[in-house]
Formats: sequence, C-alpha cells, structure tokens
Amino acid sequence: MNDPAERYAAPTVLLHWLMAALIVATFWLGLTVADMPLSPTKFKWIAWHKWLGVTLLGLLALRLLSRALTRAPALPATMGTHARTMARLGHLGLYALMLAVPLSGWLMSSAYGFPVVYLQLFALPDLVAKNEALGDALRDAHTVLNWTLAALVAGHVLAALKHQFVDRDGLMARMRLRRR
Amino acid sequence: MKKTALFAAALLCAPLAFAQQVDLAQSRIGFTLKQLNVPVDGSFARFSANVVFDAKKPEAGKADFTIQTSSINLPTTDAVVEAKKKDWFNTAQYPTARFVSTGMKAIGNGRYQLSGKLTMKGITRDVSAPFTVRDAGALTLVEGTLPVSRLAFRIGEGEWSDTGTIDDKVEIKFRVALKRGA
Repeated sequence: MNDPAERYAAPTVLLHWLMAALIVATFWLGLTVADMPLSPTKFKWIAWHKWLGVTLLGLLALRLLSRALTRAPALPATMGTHARTMARLGHLGLYALMLAVPLSGWLMSSAYGFPVVYLQLFALPDLVAKNEALGDALRDAHTVLNWTLAALVAGHVLAALKHQFVDRDGLMARMRLRRR
Repeated sequence: MKKTALFAAALLCAPLAFAQQVDLAQSRIGFTLKQLNVPVDGSFARFSANVVFDAKKPEAGKADFTIQTSSINLPTTDAVVEAKKKDWFNTAQYPTARFVSTGMKAIGNGRYQLSGKLTMKGITRDVSAPFTVRDAGALTLVEGTLPVSRLAFRIGEGEWSDTGTIDDKVEIKFRVALKRGA
C-alpha cells in the first residue's frame, strides 16, 4: 500500500472534479439539443453547450500545465504490469478525447457557418470554411468521439470503484479534495 | 392591330430602355443576423433588378428589386426549412419581397444615399441606406448595407419574436453589378 497522504497536486485535483462535473453537464446538454426542433430555447442551449465546451478546452490546458509541472503520485505497488498499462492507456485516451471532443464541436460549428462567440463576448476564429457536408461529417465525428469518451469515463469510474471496494488499495485517495 | 401591339410593347419596354443591364451572376443580396451575438450569414439566390444610375446625376437614379423569398440561403438545411415557414418569411403566401427606390442623392466622398420602400410579408416600410459605386473591370459595382428591423416586417413571429435570441436588427447587404456601356 502506498503512502495514503500522497495525492495529486491541488490544482490537478480541483480541475479533475470541476471538469468531471462540466463534462457530464455538457454531454447531457449536447444530447438534449441534438433531438430538439429549432426554437429560441434550442439556440440558447446550443450556445451554452458551446460555451461549456470552450471552457473545458481552456480548463484542459490548465490541467495539462498542472500535470506537467507537478509529480503524479505513484500507483499502488500491488498493481501488476497489465493493470498499469491499462491505466496508462485509459488516462491517455481520456486526455486525448478531452481535447478531441471540444475541438470536433468547434470544427463542426465553423463548418456549419455558425461561428463560436464565447459567452456572447468574443468570436473564436473559424477553423474551417463553411461547408454543410463537412459539417454533417464533423457532427458524426463529434457524436462518435463523445460516445467513446462516455465509454472511457464509465471504464474510469468502474476501475476507480474496483480499486476502492475490491482491491481496497486506497488509489482513489489520490484524487481526494481535502488534505488528510 | 399588330402595330398597336408593337407600340404597346415598345411603351412597356420604354422604362427598361434606360435601365442598365444588371449582371445577376455578379450581384448579390445577402444579410447578416445576430443569434446570441453570433453573426449568421444568409442570402437570396434569385432576384431581379432594374437599376438606373449615373454618377453625374445620381438624383435621377432608380432601383427596383424583386426577390424570390423561397430562394433563401442560410448555413444549414434546417435553418432554410425554418425560414420559409409561416413565422418567418411565409414564402407560400408571400413569394416575393420588393424594394422600390423613391430617391437617390450624393452624400460626398463617392458615397450616395438610397431611400425607398421595402415590402416584405405584405408590410411596406420606408428604408434608407448609403451605398458606394466603383468600377471593377467591365462592371460598375453598387454596394451598400441596409439595416432593417425584422420585427417591423413580422419576420420571426411567435416565440421567435424574442430578440434576446435573434436580434431585431438585420443587415441587408447588396451588391449590384451593372454592365458598363450597355
């Protein structure tokens, strides 16, 4: 068993939980608006969905910075090579998707000819020229990437719960919000 | 009888004889609306234009545009379908929109002011816009922006009259390409 006092750096922990909550909210909002008929409410919700996505992109940059500048706590010594590889790949996948999901949404918005204006304040540059067919393709990509992220998040949660309740190796304490 | 018909035809064509030929392929009637501060561009693919303009006597200028409302273009197919509906352009009942000028004058620096009556969805309003004129190859380009209130023409009724989502102000951008010497 590892030193139970060791956890991720405070900014990393804070960003992890904040982003977790925002990712769930943004995912749910995206899923809801996808099937709505056009209405002012739909436009408002889409706007919020995009603003949340852009926010998550910004938070991801901070999180990568925090991860790069601080040391991650070691994995429990009881974990085998296979489990360590799985954890590493899983985390890499989560990071890749946290980047790819909002980027694909931004690309899709540009392709559809609707620029992203963050919080109604300033316009983000269009990543591609307007092209509805490309927009449709990017919409499909955005959907697939999102479901892949959802699957990885489910795996992440299940793995954490297994560590907590089956292995009882105190792994989850690495992400605890308070110092002990 | 034949003579009379010819004479009548000549008479009908008379005003057109003074109008310059418009290169429709190089002309454009577009617009920009703001949706939660997001600029969204659209245009009308089909319209006809009769324009008379002489920089030497701009006050004698005339412009008459007829727009086919069902030729509306917006970024997505969903938006195009929506725009033709009753709450928006109601293209089934109002297939055309029209602008007829009532006056033109020079306002200096190569700029001119155009006034006229714009009819959309059966509602006519006095509108006015500045425009510029410049030569581009064999064409003379007349370009300007006309700000209009969409609600004054009942464009976007019911729940869509909420200007918090889609701004009341819409900018109509026009470019008319006149063939020189025609």
